[in-house]
Amino acid sequence: MKKTIIAFLTSVIAIAGIAQDGYKIGDRVDGFSLVNVDGKTLSLSDYNNEEGVIVIFTCNTCPYAKAYESRIMQLDVDYREKGFPVVAINSNDPKRVPGDSYENMKVRSKSKDYSFPYVYDKTQEVAHQFGAMKTPHVYLLKNNGSKGFHVSYIGAIDDSPMEKDEVDVKYLESAIQAVKEGKNPDPAITRAIGCTIKWMQ
Amino acid sequence: MTAFIIYCSLAFFLQGMPELDSTGVQSIPEIKVDYISELSNSNSDTLYILNFWATWCKPCVKELPHFEKINQNYKDKPVKVILISLDRPKLKETVLKGFIEKNRLKSTVLLLNEKDPNYFIPKISDNWQGSIPATLFLKPDRDIYNFHEKEFNYKELKNITNQLIN
Repeated sequence: MKKTIIAFLTSVIAIAGIAQDGYKIGDRVDGFSLVNVDGKTLSLSDYNNEEGVIVIFTCNTCPYAKAYESRIMQLDVDYREKGFPVVAINSNDPKRVPGDSYENMKVRSKSKDYSFPYVYDKTQEVAHQFGAMKTPHVYLLKNNGSKGFHVSYIGAIDDSPMEKDEVDVKYLESAIQAVKEGKNPDPAITRAIGCTIKWMQ
Repeated sequence: MTAFIIYCSLAFFLQGMPELDSTGVQSIPEIKVDYISELSNSNSDTLYILNFWATWCKPCVKELPHFEKINQNYKDKPVKVILISLDRPKLKETVLKGFIEKNRLKSTVLLLNEKDPNYFIPKISDNWQGSIPATLFLKPDRDIYNFHEKEFNYKELKNITNQLIN
């Protein structure tokens, strides 16, 4: 009986979680705290002195995430000093994809020498909070001081996922530039192909 | 007259699409995103089940047998499964072709050769968040254009197919 109740509640919560739409452009972002690969907890409030944050839902295993990995690393190198550091979030369920376990995140981060945090969204709450659906999925946050962080751009990094030598349009970088100039990114939302986030079952 | 023009355009469009069979894999035809709107604008009474997938996408590969089964079980009905791959065009002759041969796929396989997802995704469906697998049920003569961003089991596919052809 107890198992049935727990199973029922879990499915209700799971459905409720999945039913959440996530953030739209202009929404204020609730704080979140997740464990980083260095064992420490990372919070959105850690970035209160930055101009913004480049939040990227990504993982180890998805071919699109892998194709973007070096570009994500370069984004942090290029934009951290300009006030927009990268925060990479892995929300995949390691039971479904062992390659995306916390241990494997540590290995990956170390072997590629990530300059940015790679945090583990174990309960998948943050993915639901944002409405992230796949990897990679980018949310550019703008710091509005006492008003908090707001979502200013959602979607793709550029227009050529698999062939990085064929990139013509750098959607995310254009968005960052717009935000730095006090403008609204245009487009503010772009579509990106990716692997579905592996939800807990 | 319009119907005639549309028919000719579609015939022209589809003339380079050889059927694939189990005895050998011919070169995989490449399409642009306009293929889908062309199909949609035709008068065809066929139910097209367009599955968007890729060889590297585990959930996509897992559901392929269900689509193959539909293709097989409904071959005497006006139902056509088309597997539209989003694999890299550069790897078409190696990875994609190899996969088709190894798995002996019988359904038509086309490669969508479009670079920018921000361009082609909204042209297929405004509801598409960009993840795969995704499936489009298209019956042009009845203006049926149902896009689903999800994995399917056989029972679900069968139910939807039956619903749409009756």
